[in-house]
Amino acid sequence: MPGVVRGTGLTMDIEIDLVVDGTTHSLSVDTRTTLLDALRERLQVISPKKGCDHGQCGTCTVLLDGRRHLTCLALAVAHDGAEVVTAAGLGSDGLHPVQRSFLTHDGYQCGYCTPGQVCSAVGMLDEVAQGHPSHVTEDLTAEVDLDDAEIRERMSGNLCRCGAYPGILAAVREAARG
Amino acid sequence: MTEQRTRGIAPRSIGTSLDRVDGPEKVTGLAAYAVEHGADEGVSAPLSVWLVTSTIAKGRVSRVDPSRALAHPGVTAVLDHTNAPRLEQTDNGELAILQDDRVGFRGQVVALVLAETSEAAREGAALVEVSYEPEPHEAELREDNATYKPDKVNPAMETDTDEGDVDAALASAPVLVEQTYRTPYEHNNPLEPHATVAWWAEHEGREVLSMFDSTQGVHGVVQALAPMLGLEPDQVRVRAPYVGGGFGSKGEAHAHVMATVLAAQTTGGRPVRLAVTRQQMFSLTGYRTATISHMRLGAGADGRLTAIEHAVQEQTSVVREFAEQTASPTRMLYAAPHRRTSHRLARLDVAVPSWMRAPGEMPGMFAHEVAMDELAVACGLDPIVLRERNEPDLDPETGKPFNDRRLVECLRRGAERFGWADRPPEPRARLDGDWWIGTGVASATYPAMKQPGNTARVTSLEGGRYEVAIGSVDIGTGARTVLTQIAADALDVAPTDVELAIADSLLPSASVAGGSSGTSSWGSAIVAAAQLFRADHGAVPAPGLHTTASAADDPASEAYAFHSFGAVFAEARVNRWTGEVRVPRLHGVYSVGRVINPRTARSQLVGGLVMGLSAALFEESHRDPRFGHVVTQDLATYHVASHADVLDVDAEWLEESDEAFTPMGSRGIGEIGIVGTAAAVANATFHATGTRVRSLPLTADHFLE
Repeated sequence: MPGVVRGTGLTMDIEIDLVVDGTTHSLSVDTRTTLLDALRERLQVISPKKGCDHGQCGTCTVLLDGRRHLTCLALAVAHDGAEVVTAAGLGSDGLHPVQRSFLTHDGYQCGYCTPGQVCSAVGMLDEVAQGHPSHVTEDLTAEVDLDDAEIRERMSGNLCRCGAYPGILAAVREAARG
Repeated sequence: MTEQRTRGIAPRSIGTSLDRVDGPEKVTGLAAYAVEHGADEGVSAPLSVWLVTSTIAKGRVSRVDPSRALAHPGVTAVLDHTNAPRLEQTDNGELAILQDDRVGFRGQVVALVLAETSEAAREGAALVEVSYEPEPHEAELREDNATYKPDKVNPAMETDTDEGDVDAALASAPVLVEQTYRTPYEHNNPLEPHATVAWWAEHEGREVLSMFDSTQGVHGVVQALAPMLGLEPDQVRVRAPYVGGGFGSKGEAHAHVMATVLAAQTTGGRPVRLAVTRQQMFSLTGYRTATISHMRLGAGADGRLTAIEHAVQEQTSVVREFAEQTASPTRMLYAAPHRRTSHRLARLDVAVPSWMRAPGEMPGMFAHEVAMDELAVACGLDPIVLRERNEPDLDPETGKPFNDRRLVECLRRGAERFGWADRPPEPRARLDGDWWIGTGVASATYPAMKQPGNTARVTSLEGGRYEVAIGSVDIGTGARTVLTQIAADALDVAPTDVELAIADSLLPSASVAGGSSGTSSWGSAIVAAAQLFRADHGAVPAPGLHTTASAADDPASEAYAFHSFGAVFAEARVNRWTGEVRVPRLHGVYSVGRVINPRTARSQLVGGLVMGLSAALFEESHRDPRFGHVVTQDLATYHVASHADVLDVDAEWLEESDEAFTPMGSRGIGEIGIVGTAAAVANATFHATGTRVRSLPLTADHFLE
């Protein structure tokens, strides 16, 4: 449970801890503060971007306690002690293989949706490894065959207005092969 | 500064797929966009600004009551038309916010809330009570109200053209296509919402305004704001190191930029930041007008055009005029002795329209190229043969020879690659399970443009390295990478020996990243500066020498009409029961001059095709004329193409070099990918189903029987 509560009657500030890309931060957040704004505006962690603030574009995707998650739809106070991995914290030694594939296949242009696409791809590949089916999976009992239709379906929560989808598909396909 | 005639440069890095120089910053998210700069760059403890926008379409603000907002913890100030700083100039009705009580459209800025946090600013904005005296408004584009004739259409083209005797030629034409085509309101929707940080300071006794802005042109923002604020241009500094897409909507400063600057004027030097919400983007940051194109094509039985008429109706805003040049491609695309174009506008009490990727060409070519498909059917001709038969010898618009018009080669190369020869001539000929299958083609064209006012500076550094500086902006196009390549080849050094400085209005002047003119305009200036630097300082200069230059106009190029061309091929599958449209293949072949970086160029062209596909299938902003605003104002209701919608989309180009246009041989690639694409998809759905759809988007209801 959050430790300290300080209120004015109209708003409340609450102290929480977040582990972001391996570093523990103690911070004070408004009860209205989204996890995205906590990262961007309180901690100056700029890797997750804000595209719509309504869970419609995927740009703010991070790995939250190991799963891909939209930080604009998460309230920071509800995630005290959570572990957040952004695109800036994915690679243990330089870039993550998914990021290298994005560079090779030019899976981006302006770069704004890119950290979210990358986090989504990493989280999605883990879901596949765990055997999670998707809307287009034919056989729910067999191992997932991660063909192009599966990749497109599973990545469709992440919009790219530059239209880099063919490059992103090629990048994820390559990264999935390992 | 000197004007320098440029010579063609030998491509060494040009033509290779140099890695994007900013790739690692982008894939990690460490690239800092407008509101992501911190104290190390002068943005310490910024206040947040939130916009309060009008809830009526026309009238007056009678009262703004800030008391509840000011009582909210964290809120520091509320600005409205009674207490906002005054502007020196107010001619630009879009930018001159909070100067009077007039409301010109629903969603206009009527107050600003400043607060210590974004949460408090947002809540404060909800607590500001605004009272209005509403007046009757008009917000609907109709054929009976789009009658106003503007002096010019964007950017400065003739409103109407008329050659020969169009009516007589149409009356006697053996074959006539007379139809009306419609395109909807569309919103650019770059993934980074428009955002600005601003702060005022005093420097050597003068006020200085500093900004990070999400813009396609830092110098354009300075030029727009400085005179309105009563400042000299050198009192305003704008930087835009990373911009999350623009597609025209960041081509000019919009009202939120002025809102940020006015707010910052009241904080005693403390920075303020404003990020427009996705919802506010639908009324404040530009959009493409809906268009109505009345087309009349007269032709012989052999398909040769005798008359072309394109009469456009569309809309602008009373607050500020923008007239989309929808009929402009019709003026130059095909041969016909009798031709007429016109633009008429409805002046409405609505948000201000502006540039959206290929303004004019995108909606105009939808109309023209679907009409050509109808003509092909009417003449019993293959659509490619019809286009070949209407190739002009000279540019029909100017009478000049084209420099490199290779439309027919694009069509033939695309046909070969796409397997066009196997296409059944009749529509509704192929059914695969529940899906009707068809193919369609359309031409693409876009003018090659260079902008005036570009200057570059070359400075020698230690170790045989060079700084190359110009204030251009990379909005995702790859400019930072291709300008490095151009500079390297112009100086005859490796790209790693070039330190490129861009995106800062303190650097030499650069034109906007728009009109597919950026690389041509900025690159020519870089080549001019590099060649003059070598002439002045030789091949092995001492460090610290510099040369600043612009590219002189080449009078010989005046003799030609410069355009790029392309051909788009689409396969459509239409579900016989649900009407759902899928596009399994979408291929473009382009003639765009020399391609500087094949990898980034492919992404530009494919990105244009994807946006064209998105327009074909999904994009439509629905305005409710009763209230005057777009009701589909988020990404859940304004649909854009997602991963699952984009199947086999690819682009290729003809090998060529247009050194009459630029010393690099390039012509510009940012927009042509969206041109003709929606027409190709629409033509493919006709071929699949036999149902001709003359309006976008191609939603399922059109195909239900």
